[in-house]
Amino acid sequence: MSTAPAIELKGISKAFGPVQANKDISIRVMPGTIHGIIGENGAGKSTLMSILYGFYKADSGEIFINGKKTDIPDSQAAINAGIGMVFQHFKLVQNFTVLENVVLGAEDSALLGPSLARARGELKRLAAEYELSVDPDALIDDIGVGMQQRVEILKALYRQADILILDEPTGVLTPAEADHLFRILENLRAEGKTIILITHKLREIIEITDTVSVMRRGEMTATVKTAETSPPELAELMVGRKVLLRVKKTPAQPGEKIVEVRDLNVVDDKGVHRVKGVSFDIRAGEILGIAGVAGNGQSELLEVLGGYEKATGSIRMRGEEIDLTGSRSDGQSRRRRGIAHVPEDRQREGLIMDFHAWENVAFGYHADPAYQSGMFMNNAAIREATAEKMKRFDVRPPDPNLSAKSFSGGNQQKIVLAREIERNPDLLLVGQPTRGVDIGAIEFIHQRIVELRDEGKAILLVSVELDEILGLADRIAVMFDGQIMGERLPGETDEKELGLLMAGITDTEREHSLAEVEAQLAHTSGRAGKEA
Amino acid sequence: MERMPKWADVVLIPLISLLLAAILSALVILAIGESPVEALKLMVSGALGSTYGWGYTLYYATNFIFTGLCVAIAFHARMFNIGGEGQALLGGLGVAIVLLYIPWPHWTIALIAAIVAAGAFGAAWAAIPAYLQAKRGSHIVITTIMFNFIAAALLNWALVGPLKAPGQEPATSSFPEATHLPTLGDVFGVFGIEWSHAAPANVSFFIAILACFALWALIWRTRLGYEIRAFGHSEPAARYAGISPTRIIMIAMLISGALAGCMAINNVQGEAERLVLNAAEGAGFIGIAVALMGRSHPFGVFLAAVLFGFLYQGGAELALWMNIQRELIVVIQALVILFTGALDNMIRMPLEKLFVAAGRQPPAPDRKSTSAEGAQ
Amino acid sequence: MDFITIVQILDSTIRLAVPLLLACLAGLFSERAGIFDIGLEGKMLAAAFMSGAVAYTTGQVWIGLLAGIGASLLLSGIHGLASITFRGNQLISGVAINFLAAGLSVVIAQDWFGQGGRTPNISGDARFNGITLPGADAIESTPFIGPIYEELLSGHTIIVYIAFLTVPLTWWILFKTRFGLRLRAVGENPAAVDTAGVSVVGLRYAAVGICGILTGLAGAYLATALQAGFVKDMTAGRGFIALAALIFAKWRPWYALSACLLFGFLQAVALRFQNIDLGLVELPVQFMDALPYILTVIILAGFVGKAIPPRAGGQPYVKER
Repeated sequence: MSTAPAIELKGISKAFGPVQANKDISIRVMPGTIHGIIGENGAGKSTLMSILYGFYKADSGEIFINGKKTDIPDSQAAINAGIGMVFQHFKLVQNFTVLENVVLGAEDSALLGPSLARARGELKRLAAEYELSVDPDALIDDIGVGMQQRVEILKALYRQADILILDEPTGVLTPAEADHLFRILENLRAEGKTIILITHKLREIIEITDTVSVMRRGEMTATVKTAETSPPELAELMVGRKVLLRVKKTPAQPGEKIVEVRDLNVVDDKGVHRVKGVSFDIRAGEILGIAGVAGNGQSELLEVLGGYEKATGSIRMRGEEIDLTGSRSDGQSRRRRGIAHVPEDRQREGLIMDFHAWENVAFGYHADPAYQSGMFMNNAAIREATAEKMKRFDVRPPDPNLSAKSFSGGNQQKIVLAREIERNPDLLLVGQPTRGVDIGAIEFIHQRIVELRDEGKAILLVSVELDEILGLADRIAVMFDGQIMGERLPGETDEKELGLLMAGITDTEREHSLAEVEAQLAHTSGRAGKEA
Repeated sequence: MERMPKWADVVLIPLISLLLAAILSALVILAIGESPVEALKLMVSGALGSTYGWGYTLYYATNFIFTGLCVAIAFHARMFNIGGEGQALLGGLGVAIVLLYIPWPHWTIALIAAIVAAGAFGAAWAAIPAYLQAKRGSHIVITTIMFNFIAAALLNWALVGPLKAPGQEPATSSFPEATHLPTLGDVFGVFGIEWSHAAPANVSFFIAILACFALWALIWRTRLGYEIRAFGHSEPAARYAGISPTRIIMIAMLISGALAGCMAINNVQGEAERLVLNAAEGAGFIGIAVALMGRSHPFGVFLAAVLFGFLYQGGAELALWMNIQRELIVVIQALVILFTGALDNMIRMPLEKLFVAAGRQPPAPDRKSTSAEGAQ
Repeated sequence: MDFITIVQILDSTIRLAVPLLLACLAGLFSERAGIFDIGLEGKMLAAAFMSGAVAYTTGQVWIGLLAGIGASLLLSGIHGLASITFRGNQLISGVAINFLAAGLSVVIAQDWFGQGGRTPNISGDARFNGITLPGADAIESTPFIGPIYEELLSGHTIIVYIAFLTVPLTWWILFKTRFGLRLRAVGENPAAVDTAGVSVVGLRYAAVGICGILTGLAGAYLATALQAGFVKDMTAGRGFIALAALIFAKWRPWYALSACLLFGFLQAVALRFQNIDLGLVELPVQFMDALPYILTVIILAGFVGKAIPPRAGGQPYVKER
């Protein structure tokens, strides 16, 4: 056994300004294996792989490919070294065809014609070999996320990559699509390709990898054989201490009906029907969880309830009709009606990153009379309120004068949560509450949401993390292609059943072949998950 | 996290930019065979050496305060209003119509009426691009450029057509005596201060200063200002918070256009006392340099406007006494825009590195978690 | 209106459309690569001045042309530096370039020639002269075809023919070559280009460079072909009309040709007639001057088909973190 590792990194370090993203990282990956890299958000996984792919330059350290020391100053060098990468956010030109995207950067000559012709043949061959069929003439704009990911893999294979890096590839896929992806990866491994899989999902590591490395805060904390480890052990390695993966909560005590949603429909400005006839109720003291693959209408649902997307249908708060299209359909009116909203993307929506913490605490409630004095804003009062909220929500550092961007993801989320929860709302909308949040803060945030429920508030939780939904929600509705496919109780369902619903299949009792699931998904491809 | 102290961002970077612009301008002067030192001396004595010079400097500065504020308030809403020139021209049209066709008993009332007319015309000219941006997504930079040209054609037509006074010149007749604004000489005369009566600086200067204060309070002390700034930083966030993008774009641009229009009380009512062709003389564009230089802060705008007033008056002196064309000022203006606006990073990046290197200290535990978070 | 008048107006349309067309295609290359360029006006002006000045000084129009292109390229370089290397605001950079050219051309011209910011008149070899196409004289007297060939098609300067050939060339480069594919990609999603192992910076500089060459041609045409020498501010907003045409054309080469011919026609009509009597209303000449801008605003408003610019346009490329 003297084969050289396909990839060997020695002492890789990388800093972004004062931020140390990777610290002295070393790793060996043997050819023909699938190697997992797991770690929390912000642990430095993507940075490390981007260095390997020449997207960033390491400050120090060495890279060996097949035993040979290799300099990778840019992506071209990585491609030449036989490395391909599928980024978390796809790098595709939206208004190009699949074929053009595959050929881009790997053209044979200055003229386009012959390159496209050759690529067309090559795609056919690859499709047959690895179950990777795509329509070469489809525009990326018109195909679904799963297909787009396939194009990314094909791009790498077309460039004859022997080493394939996938960064959080399942984030935008349904469980069935993810299964298909894993089958492809297994085929590739069988062909002798080396695969690196970056993920934060323990299940995927266990399911498919041969070896796994764990990263924490920019450092590599362990590399082990997958067969010789267990999820709890990996979780502990990720976080550095034993964590509770379950949320502590008592059964819900649902009270009166707080919100009634009936036949809600959203058509966005591109004319795409995003939400199709959605109806549900939420009672006081319960959490309704909405599961689903990103981009199936959940975001729009939150936006309608939050008052910044127009819709038809009806929403009643405590029996009173809410304006969905007129002049009183805005975030301000919703807040006055007792709807608070922790948005899915705190950096894009929930906070103004360049504003001070205190300015952010007034955000959305800046019309509150308590924050005014005469015709001016009472900045002193806002600062004072902020300092108190920061203390109660354990925001660190508790300085109202720091700008939002200088807080960590978890602390940013706590600022948003403090702002919304402390308004004592009747209905709290929560989107992806723990995305990009460190595990310590996750516990705190989950606990606060459950506490709010126990105070008798209605909560609508949208999350793409099935674990989070299963752990927090009292009832689960699954959204697919803008519709609610079904409702389940967390104690009476499992990931497999929810997964089928997430793929749009409602008769979850029957056995379903993968082909069926795929056909179902293809039916809606190009619509769902556009924004991912 | 903050890489640089605030003062460096607010003071140091504009100063370095200005210095670079000055050095390059000096090189241009050298290249055409003149002495930069002589030129600077001439500019200082011409623009600041007498109350007459100051009178011109402050007259130009008044124009630039209005147009600078015009660009600045739009910047806060992340709108780039290149249309200040056209809006200022329209403001002039408004002033001319109001002062020519309505008899005013006293300049104070005439001034108020002129402000209203100038503001309304300027705002109206900004309203269409603003509406198109808000409702149709038409890029406001392009539409405001187009509206500058349309405004020029419109005024051209008005001044050779309906508004033209008898005679050869494409201009209106002079405004009635009662509407003429007191010059700074007249104002200071009341207090017994000796000040040139010949220079065109007039009471509009004080209106401009008032506008600075008003805009400062608006941006940083009112709810509307808060909403404008929030929208300028992030449109999705503004929507989430229930701030209507359409409303903010319209209001910010209307204020912006009104400010540019109000320049007309200075150059049309205060100085020319009639409306002539190309009355704005590029002041709308200088507003861009002034706003960039002043970091979109009303007080910064004030300082930058005075600086450009000095450059303009000094430049006129250069053209008079040396073989340097007045257009040298346009070059300086271009360089200031280039360095403070487009090449900002060229100055900022090395400076940030310097501050990071100088201020490097063991990071606090909290900061460390920030770091890890920021990495992906 | 008689036939000859129409032919003359069309002839003048061609002459006036050429600088618009060259500048428009210049902008097309730049903006297709994701670099907005509102500095077309300034680059044209700089090129007009340098070509006029050097052509006068050397007596050789071709050297003048090269000098003009050089000046334009220099400004392109500044734009590239600001918007590609230092990731600055492309619009602000464009504004700065316009003023830089407006100021420097006059200051230098005064120093050089002492004629108040213009060059002396140029003639002979210092100027591009019309080329008589073969057989133009012979066919001249043939009715209908004669005037069209002799007056309309023949007798233009070489730059006119180059400009019209640039249209199919641009189309071919954009849609049939590797460079074109990459250029379009970098204007839509630079990250895709970067991760495909192609230099975003290199492509964008190339695009900005081509833009410089074409605006150089446009400027040189103004000073050494359309007119005989440089005068202060001689571009007179043509750079912006070209920009308008580019939007009008939705960033496509053949459409650009139509848009520029239309705007050239408007200019030709405005030049030929003062006020146009349409019976019911009389259109003042100023209206004709403003018409290209008004039309562009209407197009931008999306009432007549929406103009969607390249998606990555105007944004500096920063590798996401």
